[in-house]
Amino acid sequence: MKSTARAFKANVDRALVDTNLQQSLAMLKVGFSERRRQAVERLPEFEALRDRARDIKNHTLAHLDYYLETFETKVKGLGGHVHWAPTAEDARDIVLRLCREAGAKTVAKSKSMITEEIALNDHLEAHGIEPVETDLGEYIIQLRNEAPSHIIAPAVHLTKDQVADTFLEHHARHGFTRRLTERNDLVAEARQILRQRFQDADVGITGANFLVAETGSSMLVTNEGNADLSNTLPRMHIVIASIEKVIPTLEDAGTLLRVLARSATGQEWSSYTTFNTGPKREGDLDGPESYHVVLLDNGRSSVLGTEMQDILRCIRCGACMNHCPVYGAIGGHAYGWVYPGPLGAVLTPQLIGVEEAGNLPNASTFCGRCESVCPVRIPLPKLMRHWREREFERHLTPSTVRQGLSLWAFFARRPTLYRLATRVANAALSLFGRAEGHYRALPLAGGWTTHRDLPAPPPGGTFMAQWKARGGASR
Amino acid sequence: MSAREQMLGAIRRSLRRGELPAVSRAVVDARLREHPVNIVPRRTEGSDADRVAQFEHWAAFHHASVARVDVAGVPGAVADYLKTNNLPARVAMAPDPDLDRYDWPSAPMLEIRRGKPVDADPVAVTGAFAGIAETGTLVFASGPDHPTSLNLLPETHVVVLREADVVGPIEDVFVRLRARYGEGRMPRTVNTVTGPSRTGDIEQQLELGAHGPRRMHILLVRD
Ligand code: SF4
Repeated sequence: MKSTARAFKANVDRALVDTNLQQSLAMLKVGFSERRRQAVERLPEFEALRDRARDIKNHTLAHLDYYLETFETKVKGLGGHVHWAPTAEDARDIVLRLCREAGAKTVAKSKSMITEEIALNDHLEAHGIEPVETDLGEYIIQLRNEAPSHIIAPAVHLTKDQVADTFLEHHARHGFTRRLTERNDLVAEARQILRQRFQDADVGITGANFLVAETGSSMLVTNEGNADLSNTLPRMHIVIASIEKVIPTLEDAGTLLRVLARSATGQEWSSYTTFNTGPKREGDLDGPESYHVVLLDNGRSSVLGTEMQDILRCIRCGACMNHCPVYGAIGGHAYGWVYPGPLGAVLTPQLIGVEEAGNLPNASTFCGRCESVCPVRIPLPKLMRHWREREFERHLTPSTVRQGLSLWAFFARRPTLYRLATRVANAALSLFGRAEGHYRALPLAGGWTTHRDLPAPPPGGTFMAQWKARGGASR
Repeated sequence: MSAREQMLGAIRRSLRRGELPAVSRAVVDARLREHPVNIVPRRTEGSDADRVAQFEHWAAFHHASVARVDVAGVPGAVADYLKTNNLPARVAMAPDPDLDRYDWPSAPMLEIRRGKPVDADPVAVTGAFAGIAETGTLVFASGPDHPTSLNLLPETHVVVLREADVVGPIEDVFVRLRARYGEGRMPRTVNTVTGPSRTGDIEQQLELGAHGPRRMHILLVRD
């Protein structure tokens, strides 16, 4: 996927005035986070399970080479194939080659962020193979030629009416010409069309939530059942997974699944949680003839052993974005690449470079809610702060910010001057309309106040002034 | 250098070591072999009857319907369910010998075909490898006796589950899978399915029957 992360600020401006988006985001706040809260309440062991989930992932990362080799041996023993892809380009080429070997015209795809990361659909289309997204949300945005705006709910930015218009526009060629208004009718129409597409597909491509080294299984979690149709009906099943998806045992999968479903959608268990282990067996009445797993690195191995390693624990549940005030205000597209929210703010600079995505780690209020809900306890604010520092060191920060900060540093080292300056500034600020304790606009800081209100200093004066009035440090 | 060596090499460089030393290898080998159980929620503790009741609770929570029957009552219960819900009595049934213990001719209105479904089949009847009480989840293991597509294609899935096959947590399913298929081995597909297929992709509102079954009915059979 082509990044627009560099244009983050312009993306945000657009998002804030997009009424459809704002309407959808308002629903997000009550939906996912409230359901997660209820699910957590129903399970007293939840916090202990989070600790264990974190430990399992840390253990695996410390032995990543071992578990990948073990997984590979298992898959081969079952007659499956494992392909190693150091880069996105390698992965695309491998998948294209396999599709050609299968003589594929269409492939049924189950929602996979990895395939977004490597821009697989464009690559297949450019070579005359039609990828059909089968997850309802992905299907909708594929028709609209949009990118997902959320890692587990790709069409969360759209309203029902927008979906209805999209179906009306694209389903006419399948003979459906009535504009639908009910959700269940929209779901039913998509089901009918996609059922045929499943039957026609030569290859099924899925991601994986986990790869189990003990058994050589790839695991997938969905609610619709589309991944299962993708890996059962076509002749060939291709799994694409990044290297950090491997885990040791089935028991470890059990623990991770307990925190994943609850963190993602507030479910006790996802509707379809499937273990696929190799191709069709002797005597089986269905299933793919051939089974391939593509293991993608794409920069991850270089994160291992660094201060950013914790991000490799991520199980892509989406909880951090569901609870993020910034994501809640601007939605996923503004982040400009595959992974939005706090996860994206940490991972995107890592995967496509801080030059491109340096704005993202700044899109944080450091409120800490993401870390407080992350099922594998990734210290997301700390990792974002790390990027901010790196960006600053490399002088990638826009010059206005740098000048502002060095000006502040100048005053901070000179307390008397600082106090004087803030008093003057405070008096000057009164000229800019202080309503309900907030400044709506601020000279020289338009970039800040366009999207936020600056709290005005309290009537009693600045913190420093009040501190002094109350006797300061001597009290 | 192959892509494989390149990736493994990069991982080892980042971990600041070569291949895993023999001592550490023995430790992780043992962890794989012994697959220790992590934390199992206490919710699954209790008597056999508690477990079955718990399964029933969570299955209903996830929008499956559940009925308790004895062995003789199974065929009639399938027919009644289909009739009550205005569904055709045409059934694609798993070629599972375990289902032969039920006297299907005792429900003559059922039109039964054994094997994998065709797309037009409205109803599937299958057994289940296990039921998980913790979440009301059904476990289906693929094989000549149970094609996976039966769990997915028909709009209605009727599942015949023996009470004796209701286990507490998923960890107990892993024990049973290893007993049946061997250590470290699995059938091609193990589906764990909780209620009917669903989606929340339009405005986060729940809709049933996205791609898989719209309806799931579970017959819990007393042995
Ligand atoms: S960073 Fe944590 S909360 Fe965010 S998607 Fe990953 S696992 Fe979930």
